[in-house]
Formats: sequence, structure tokens, C-alpha cells
Amino acid sequence: MSKQKKKSGKNKLLQALPFMIPSFIGMIVFSFFPVVISIFLSLTDWNGLEKLTVNTIFEHFVGLENYIKILSGSEFWRVLGHTLYYIVLYIPLVFVASMGIALLLNKKKKGTMVFRVMYYIPVLTSWVAASLIWKWVLSPKYGIFNQILAILGISGPGWLTSEVWAMPGIVLASVWKDMGFFGLFLLSGLQAIDPTYYEAARVDGANKFVTFFKVTLPLVTPSIFFCLIMALINAFQLFPQVQIMTEGGPNGATQVMVERIYTYGFSYFKMGYASAYSWLLFVIIFVLTMIQMRLQNGWVHYES
Amino acid sequence: MKKALATLLIASMALGLVACGGTETKQQGGNDTPSTEQGVANKGTEEEVTITYCNFNASGGNEETLNAMYEKFHEEYPNIVVEIETVAYNDYFTAMQTRVSGGTAPDCYELNIENFAAYASKGVLADLSNADTSNFNETALSAFNVDGTQYGLPGNFSNVVLIYNKDLFDQAGVDYPTNDWTWNDVQIAAEKISALGEDIYGIYAPLTYNEFFKVAAQYGGSLLNEDKTAFTINSPENIRAAQMMIDRVLVSNVQPTTEQMGGMGDWDLFQSGRLGMIPTGIWAFNTFTTGCDFEWDIVVEPGGTTKATHFFSNALVVNADSDKKEAAITWITWLASSPEAAQMRIDAGWDLPAIKDEAVLNTYLTVTPPENKAAVFESLDSLVVPPVIEDYAMMSDIITMKLSEAASGKISAEEALNQAQEECEAAITLK
Repeated sequence: MSKQKKKSGKNKLLQALPFMIPSFIGMIVFSFFPVVISIFLSLTDWNGLEKLTVNTIFEHFVGLENYIKILSGSEFWRVLGHTLYYIVLYIPLVFVASMGIALLLNKKKKGTMVFRVMYYIPVLTSWVAASLIWKWVLSPKYGIFNQILAILGISGPGWLTSEVWAMPGIVLASVWKDMGFFGLFLLSGLQAIDPTYYEAARVDGANKFVTFFKVTLPLVTPSIFFCLIMALINAFQLFPQVQIMTEGGPNGATQVMVERIYTYGFSYFKMGYASAYSWLLFVIIFVLTMIQMRLQNGWVHYES
Repeated sequence: MKKALATLLIASMALGLVACGGTETKQQGGNDTPSTEQGVANKGTEEEVTITYCNFNASGGNEETLNAMYEKFHEEYPNIVVEIETVAYNDYFTAMQTRVSGGTAPDCYELNIENFAAYASKGVLADLSNADTSNFNETALSAFNVDGTQYGLPGNFSNVVLIYNKDLFDQAGVDYPTNDWTWNDVQIAAEKISALGEDIYGIYAPLTYNEFFKVAAQYGGSLLNEDKTAFTINSPENIRAAQMMIDRVLVSNVQPTTEQMGGMGDWDLFQSGRLGMIPTGIWAFNTFTTGCDFEWDIVVEPGGTTKATHFFSNALVVNADSDKKEAAITWITWLASSPEAAQMRIDAGWDLPAIKDEAVLNTYLTVTPPENKAAVFESLDSLVVPPVIEDYAMMSDIITMKLSEAASGKISAEEALNQAQEECEAAITLK
């Protein structure tokens, strides 16, 4: 029986193959090859301008020098610190915001559909356009954000022109853009909850507060878990908003990993160094994701 | 649905492939037939050569001017066909880097000064010593001479002058600047203008690498020693220059701080009529002509102990791997220095050709404002070119960062330059 099963599986694969090959070729050429080549490049001091051949890797081979240089310098740790600062601000904010959206949009009322679309529009906006708008919104003297704060009697900070406030400014823009995306996932999680749980809770006399924390939240943890992994990966790959809103400034206060990779590769012509940087980024993301996977048993409840 | 998506993805990838390989597309196809005939008539049996030329400078308004220039060129050299490719500035350098390293670089192309330095030192540019450089402005030419080898020809040039708001000078009762002014005169005028109102400032000169290396030269300083073997960023002359620039912001406050700017750009500040003086590029003329509702004019930029004026230029270069170097050199030399091309460049209001021919340049003077357009050419007597080193972009980033830290009051001017010296020495190996 097992033999038969195997055979039919093989047949299916054969059938599927012609359909898969084109996209596979694309994957191999545009993702797999560059990824593999970048491992080798990270061991060289190739400048990104000389013609790239197999020999390039031997001629420019420097061993682990790039990695040692990055890890022993202060820049990497400073930049990592900036990323962590971003994460600490961004993750809680984006979760509160998207959970709020999900709860609001979960109500069956007139016009919910319109709002669902509205909250999703920022997700579809290109980061370039969004960053330019936020640059204006956060302009210290002429921006709408500080003007609103002024009405409330608060004198707003310098945002993108201030070393302390530039990163929070970027966080605000990111939360605005991403909350619709995560909101949608949390919403689908909310809608998958069996209504009988709520009925049972009501019968037991639980109030709204208790229902939310004891029923809703635990049952939506699989969605939260997914969002958390996605949000963390996105946070480490933070780039377009930084590049456009601050270019790493002021005084390097918003320099982050991918911004450094881009600068080294395309502005300083140190492609080998940039490749090593990106592999270090990969290791960080990989390890953190593995840790999250391990820890999920402790708090993620899958409905059986 | 998934299949449809996959197909779509593949289709788009295939498109990408086509686009990558599509650099051979002819723009000037229409000219082929007559040119061959003419070629036979004029130059006997000389074979027709097709070269590719890639540039960013014509994008955003001057593509037709460039095409018109090419048509003129082709009349003169019917056996050379140039396929022109114009790419927007923002995409240009990543695209060019990929093409050069992938071995598909065009025969000749354009580079800005930052990238020129890196390309020249990496052996991907051809030696242009054979080119006829007799028409070029020598200072402009020297900007693209690396250790005695000419790797690029100046395709155009622009420089920096002091632009001032005449109305504010009148209100403050200060005489207009002259070509003999130094930064001391500027300081006195700036203080009077600043006193006109809380939101009015005397001058704005950004605390950046670009501004700094020039002001340093005005005080007799430089970023590198003469043979470019060591950094001299924290020399006493340089510290004096940086101190002067930073004091304007932090001490006399005739120049607004970042907070006082409130996210506004310096050109916008000038156009709003709240800024007395701004040393900036001649490329601001068009914007200021339409954007200012007050009288403004220009003078040669004031100096410190001596004069030094910015000079910016884009290099036209030839690919070291090209097998049609001769034709490529003929084309870029013609494009950059022939009187015909120069005249067309000026007529279109594109930018200035880096040539000696004053008869052609003089037509530029007739367009006003500014009234004192002659200052643009008077500035040429004291040009300084940026120091061309391999890690140009890194050096400029480090210095800009340290200067802006000093401008925010975190560190002193001297500390900023000491740290910049230290960081440049640690990160950059000079030859």
C-alpha cells in the first residue's frame, strides 16, 4: 500500500513539474543563485564594480576578515541598538493599534466593509509615497502632527531633525502603514473563534473585560504568533522609510542594518563587506525566529 | 488562482529579463540609411561604427536637446552611430554598477564626481590621454585627472556663487556685497539683517562636507596633503574654517539651527524672503527667478584668507573593455567641447559647457536675472575641485556627520575635526 501511495505521489509530482519549472527557474536565477553567491562574496573584498567571475572570488578572497571587522567594530552594535530601539517601540504599538482595528472591524455594523478597505489602504501605498507624506506630517514647524499637538497645548519635538525623536517618528509612520496588514490577520483570527465559547462565557456571567482576556485573546494567539514573527522580521529589514525620511540621520541616529548594507554595497563600493553584513542579519533573524518557534508552546493555543 | 499568480510572476520575470537585455534598443534608428550614404560620400569606405552612450543628465527635460546634439554630430561624423540611453538619476548608479560588474557597460557614459573617483580607481575606465582636449577649461579637465591619467572629460559644469536678497540689504541699510568681500564682511551684514526680525536670518551655508572642503580651502586648508597620502582634516586652517561656520549657527545665530529651520529647505527659506544670503549653485537661478517676489543678485563667493569657489562637473568616461574606444572618445569630446554642442546646451538653458570659448559662453550672460551674471565666470578664476580619492563617498559621509554633530552643539568644531580625522584614518586606506 505504501508503495502505491509513493507511486501516485511521484505521478503527481511529474504532473505538477511542468507548471512548477518556470517559477522554479525564476526562483533559482533571482533568489537562490544570488543568495549562494553572496555567501562567497562575503569572504572577499570585491568592490562591486570589477567584472564578476568565478575567479573574482579567489582573487579577492580574504577569509573571515569582513565578519571579524564588522563584529569587532562599534558600528554594527550601534546599528543593532537602533534596530532594537525601533522594535521596542514598534511591536507594542503596532499590536495595540492592529488589535484595536481588528476588534472594531469585527463588529457586524453598517459600513464595516468601508472601514476595512480604509485601514488597508496604507498597506497598499508605496513606501516612497508614504515616507514623503510622513516627512511632511512630522515637519517640526509646518507639519500637521505638531500643529495638532500645539492645539492640545503640547509643544511637539523636532521629530526627524532630532536624534532622540527621529526613530519614534519612523515608528509612527511604520505603525500607520502596517497596522492594517496585521489588523487583517488578527481579524481573521477573531472571526475563526467559535461563537459557542462566547455563549458559554456569557452564561457563566463573564463581563466584556473578562471575556476578552480569557476567551478572545487566548484563542487568537495563533494569529498573534504569526504577526509577531512577521513584524520582527520586517523590523530587522527596516529600510525604505529610513532611506527616504532620514537617510540614516540625524547624525546617524537612525542608521539600521539594511541601510548600512545598501550604503556599503552601492555607495562605498564594498560589496564583500555588505554581503557579510547581510549574512549576519540573516543569522540574527534566523535565530530569533527559531527562539520564537520554540517558545510558542508556552503561550500559543491552537484550538483542537 | 495560484497558477494564474505564478504565471503572472513568471511573465513579469521574463519581462525583467527582456528589460535587462534591452539596452541595445536603438533610439536613432531613423538616421541609419542616410548616414551610410553620406559616409560613403564623405569618408570613402570607412566602416560604420555603432556605440552606446548612457547618461542621467538629460533626463527630466533635456532628452530632446541631447538628441538634437547627436543629429548634428552625426552629420559631421556620419560613420559613427550613437545609441543614446537616458536613465533617471535615482536609478542610474545602481544600474550602472550592475552593468559594469556584469560586463555589459555601455561604450561611454556619464558619472558624477563621487562615483567617478571610485570607478577610476577600480580600473574600469579607459585612459583618455589621446582625446583632443584643446577646447576644454583646464581646471575642469584636471578634476578628472587621477595621478596623471585623464579618465574623464568634463561634460558640463556649474559653480557656486553668493546669492543675496537685495530687499533685505536695503531694509537693513547695508551696502550690497562686492567681489572683494570676505566672511568678516558677510558676518557684519548678516548680523544687521538678522536684527530685522525674529524669523529673519543673515545667511545659510549648510554644515556639510561639500560646503566645508571649499571653506577650508578659503582659509588655506585642505582635507588631504598634496600627494594625497594622508588626511589633514584637523589642520589649524580647517579648524578655523569649521569654527567660523559653526559660530554662525551657535554663537551669533545669523544662521538658523536645524530646529529653527523646522524642516524647511534652505532654498525655500531664501524664496520666502527671510534669508539675506545663500552661497549656492548656479542651478538655482531658474527656481529663484520664478520663486522670488523680491529683487536678488549674485556676486563671487566671499573668501577667508583667499578665494575658493566650488566647481561641480559630471565626467564623460569610456568603458575600459570597449572595443570601440576611438569612436566613443570622438563622440564624448564632441559632445562636451564642440562649439556647436556648447551653443545648443546654453540655448536650451541646460547647463554650462566646460569650455574655453568665451564667444559661446557670452551668450549665457544675456539671460537675467541675476543682473551680475558675469560673477559666474569671474568665479572660475578661483575654482577648487573636490579631492578625488577611492573612498570619496565614505570620507564625505564621515565629515558631514561630524560637522552636523558640532552644529548641534554636541561637540566643538575642533573635536569634530579630530574625530573625523581619526575615523577617516581608521576606515580609509590612502594610496
